[in-house]
Amino acid sequence: MMRTNYGLFILAAILLALPLLLPNTYYFDIANRMAINAIVVLGLNLLIGYAGQISLGHAGFFGIGAYASAVLTTHFSWPPIAALCAGAAGAALIAAAIAPPIFRLRGHYLAMATLGLGIVISIVLKNEASYTGGPDGMSVSPLSVFGWEIFGERQWYWLFAGILLFSVWACQNLIDSPFGRALRALHGSEVASQVVGVGAARYKATIFVLSAFFASIMGSLTAHYVGFVTPDTAEFSHSIELVTMVVVGGMASVYGSVIGAVLLTALPQALTTLEGWETVAFGTILMLSMIFLPKGLGPTLAAKFGSAR
Amino acid sequence: MALLEVSDLSITFGGVLAVQNVSFSVEAGVVYSVIGPNGAGKTTLFNLITGIYRPKSGDVRLDGEMVTGRPPHELARKGVARTFQNLQICMNMTAIENVMLGGHLSVDRNLIKGMLRFSSVRRADAVLREKSAELMAYVGLGAYVDADASVMPYGALKRLEIARAMAARPRILFLDEPAAGFNPTETTEIDGLVRKIANSGITVVLVEHDMKMVMNISDRILVLNYGKKLTEGAAREVRRDPAVIAAYLGKAA
Repeated sequence: MMRTNYGLFILAAILLALPLLLPNTYYFDIANRMAINAIVVLGLNLLIGYAGQISLGHAGFFGIGAYASAVLTTHFSWPPIAALCAGAAGAALIAAAIAPPIFRLRGHYLAMATLGLGIVISIVLKNEASYTGGPDGMSVSPLSVFGWEIFGERQWYWLFAGILLFSVWACQNLIDSPFGRALRALHGSEVASQVVGVGAARYKATIFVLSAFFASIMGSLTAHYVGFVTPDTAEFSHSIELVTMVVVGGMASVYGSVIGAVLLTALPQALTTLEGWETVAFGTILMLSMIFLPKGLGPTLAAKFGSAR
Repeated sequence: MALLEVSDLSITFGGVLAVQNVSFSVEAGVVYSVIGPNGAGKTTLFNLITGIYRPKSGDVRLDGEMVTGRPPHELARKGVARTFQNLQICMNMTAIENVMLGGHLSVDRNLIKGMLRFSSVRRADAVLREKSAELMAYVGLGAYVDADASVMPYGALKRLEIARAMAARPRILFLDEPAAGFNPTETTEIDGLVRKIANSGITVVLVEHDMKMVMNISDRILVLNYGKKLTEGAAREVRRDPAVIAAYLGKAA
């Protein structure tokens, strides 16, 4: 159905106006982290919210991208773009290789298998210390694309904002396309989608590969942006953070993904004034939001203001 | 050659012979009904033929081609469509999206083209939407085109199943109790709908409990009892078969 994409205009307007409102680079940094998380969460929501599958190891793919960029540019002097592409291709290949066995599993078992995957990746990153610097991590050179170097929070802001805008647009298109319809149908009734010709296994694998691919690219960019990587990026707790953003923002909701990422990135910063109690407050807010907004923020707000998605 | 040939099909569930050496064949263009008391194995037989279950032994041939144990999404490509007795509707989608899903194989499913909003994909999808709206009108759901599936009443969802199956433009359509839970008026309507579908040239295989409907519209009838073929033949022969009467009503003393 053709309809004017107001949501995208509003998002673009916010992204354009935001730099005028941000007082210093600290706030730019937070905005950048929000955008990074939002883009990864958009991809993850395709898998979790739309296709009805789960990945508790998604930070692993983020870590693959981050370390591919760090290791290949530092130890092998690859150009950053080549390293980024290699990382994304590697993450996609790994995802494609493990998809056939793990998507035979469902529910808790699938969760366990993806959890294991994430842990394996983070262990490898920690143990290959000669390349990765082990638990201490390693520094990463700034991102330069064909001689043009992206430097400082403000420049990065425009890059991340651009990718975010594109990702939102692409996700919306995907969901409205025949592929997206088949994906949502898998969630609604797997057997019904199979009898009309949807090869369930292939669709699950494809969306898993796609979300791993995006996570890896964002991992690479983040590594260059921060200038330093540690195995924490691939850690289980990071995977859980990403899944929490999907759930709090709203499963199967594009703007919900963005809202979830923005809020859960901002919340720990806002709570630092509580000194020691921030984790308690964070947990309480999560519980309350799940009790009172079980569908997530995006869908709840959409229902309230009567707009679609 | 028959469109569908089933020979010696069997499956067991933990020692229970749910379907046992069932053979029959369905000619193109007919309405073929499978009847039998509860638990006779009718739905199981459907699940075996449409690839939901893998048979323990036996063959299924579609237009001469062996398709035994092929997964459902491959059978869909060969023109097999079905509905489910226990509704399998995607409640997270609108009614028309459910029907459009039926036309999945007729449109470009490319992921990248979809993401980048290729106009060819959009156009083909718009055509599918139009056709799906027509199909919804055809099965009597014109009023529900933009409704969410989750708010539709049971009867409408049964029809939605049929519309989705029709959207695949099948050669052979398996209807699993399309009139289950309907009152006599609604059953008559479904009866008319099935007849209309059969007249449009689609071969229909039907599982149904409503005997009046079965006797009315079937060209041939297969009777199952305890997973075995009891008898098979034209409607009026089956109706008089003493073994069938015994299975349904018990033996006369």
